[in-house]
Amino acid sequence: MFNYEKYLRVKKFPHIWCAGCGDGTILKSLLRAVDHLNLSKDEVVLVSGIGCSSRTPGYVDFNTLHTTHGRALAFATGVKHAKPDLHVIVVSGDGDATAIGGNHFIHAARRNIDITMILFNNFIYGMTGGQASPTTPLGAMASTAPYGSIEPNFNVSELAKSAGASFVARTTAFHTGQMENLFIKAISKKGFSLVEVIVQCPTAYGRRNKLRSPVDMLKWQKDHAVPVSAAAKMTPEQLEGKFTTGVLWDIDRPEYTDQYRRLIEKASGQC
Amino acid sequence: MSNKIKPVFVQGNHACVLGALKAGCRFFAGYPITPSSEIAEILAIELPKIGGRFIQMEDEIAAMGAVIGASLTGMKALTATSGPGFSLKQENIGYAVMTEVPCVIVNVQRGGMSTGLPTQSAQGDVLQSRWGTHGDHEIIVLTPSTIPEIYRLTIRAFNLAEKYRTPVILLLDEIIGHMREVLVEYDDADVERIERVRPDCPPDQYLPFKPDETDIPPMADFGSGYRYHVTGLCHDETGFPTNDPVKIDKMMQRLNRKISRYTDDIVEYQLDGNSDAPVLLMAYGSSARSARQALRIGDERGISMSLFQPLTIWPFPETAFQAAAAGKKKIIVVEANAGQMKREIERLVNRDIQVQLIGSLNGEPIHPEKILLAAGEVG
Repeated sequence: MFNYEKYLRVKKFPHIWCAGCGDGTILKSLLRAVDHLNLSKDEVVLVSGIGCSSRTPGYVDFNTLHTTHGRALAFATGVKHAKPDLHVIVVSGDGDATAIGGNHFIHAARRNIDITMILFNNFIYGMTGGQASPTTPLGAMASTAPYGSIEPNFNVSELAKSAGASFVARTTAFHTGQMENLFIKAISKKGFSLVEVIVQCPTAYGRRNKLRSPVDMLKWQKDHAVPVSAAAKMTPEQLEGKFTTGVLWDIDRPEYTDQYRRLIEKASGQC
Repeated sequence: MSNKIKPVFVQGNHACVLGALKAGCRFFAGYPITPSSEIAEILAIELPKIGGRFIQMEDEIAAMGAVIGASLTGMKALTATSGPGFSLKQENIGYAVMTEVPCVIVNVQRGGMSTGLPTQSAQGDVLQSRWGTHGDHEIIVLTPSTIPEIYRLTIRAFNLAEKYRTPVILLLDEIIGHMREVLVEYDDADVERIERVRPDCPPDQYLPFKPDETDIPPMADFGSGYRYHVTGLCHDETGFPTNDPVKIDKMMQRLNRKISRYTDDIVEYQLDGNSDAPVLLMAYGSSARSARQALRIGDERGISMSLFQPLTIWPFPETAFQAAAAGKKKIIVVEANAGQMKREIERLVNRDIQVQLIGSLNGEPIHPEKILLAAGEVG
């Protein structure tokens, strides 16, 4: 039995998440990954912006930083650049990371700074009551898309890959074993790493979109996830409406704080 | 020995960099903007030479966020900007106030609103520097007027930020940011460098927002073994969010009190000229240079005046100003805006005293003759 309490601020429970929300599932996988990697709690900094997922840092016993809406990566960049030995992990939602924080998202990836970002993608603004986000699927209902969304949605993993991330993976709240493994890989990767986790929000998304129960939503995740290995053998028609899971991208590129360390050596005449 | 230090002929933005480095600043995050970019450009060269860190962020908001993140690890951190960027930084400046993270923000003012006059001067951000972020808060804002003053007040800005765990705004303007004067840097031995108070209790007993009698809680560096939570939400002494009105009130009152109760330590001003004169000038930043010139010419022409120059503009040196204003016939507020501090001055002085604005909105320095004309009207 895994000892979650080792990493939790138990006094801060119960958490604020709704019944059936998948954010707690992601938190559990994150703690298991940190434990697997044997990271010192003193050396982990968990940074977030604003939203449901961004309340995660409050519950864990690391150095925790709950910042302004969309800006988690900007603060995290300051932490990592100032103290590169720290393990900096960012948790963010789809609205936080790709709407108001979209600029920081693409530039953290471009810079390839050694930060792991876990993006809780529930297709909706949950905390503010169900408004459409940049990942709300075309046609889906939201409080600000009462006739169905007419905007195409972002593919956030492809966005990170194109912007320059070293490691990009996707999973769901249903696939907890895979999620833990991907978190381990992402945190171990030198450079900017993204794990997009598709997660259910029964309260703000499901009940507007014919997915009334958390079970319906988890089944949807299971039925629509296609492992990258299987996807490689499928036609675009067969993949229509589905999403790929697993490691989507994994390359080695120069990392920002490493590059800056070399710059310091050069500027200070040490090399 | 300070007499061994060679004088340098530098622009104000460069003096700001030299002051920051002297104060112990080792982190800068910024975004290109006229007329402050020299601060970023010079620090991009100088910081890595001494193991410090420079980063050009993707936007102004990110630069402010990165500075706060760096400060949380224990580094003295700086950002520099001008009007449009200052507007963009406001939300995160409020975050630094709320979470009590020391940092310094330089605003080299230019003409506004909007894109305004990027290469010309103004002092239109005086009230924004006081009230730019949302919510009720106290803030420290310094207004130098010469290159040596920029150097000294940049060092002071870092010291006040560390001492009071607060963002400090250094309000320059394009005129003094870009003009050059002689500067003699301080000898290291002569420089007071204040560091934030760090906790000395065992980590499991650390309450990050519980102050002692000073009202300023000790601040631990991220990664130093004191694991704690930082949030922009209203929080209690443990650092975690609360909706308890008693705890919220306690925190909000303390955040304001921790600046207001130290006003005497924070404010600096300079009083010059003939204190018995019927006319008092009030000017700061580059406008204080115009006022000082008017004072000199006035002396030759027999127009007697005195000059009150706040070097700390927020909190305003109210008591000292009221003493200087007592018995005057006229106060002339010289500022390159439409009267932002004039309203503050009217609030502070007896209604019998005439308060006149010599302002400017066209990007040009204020001509001393305008001041002399207004002063000469007093018999």
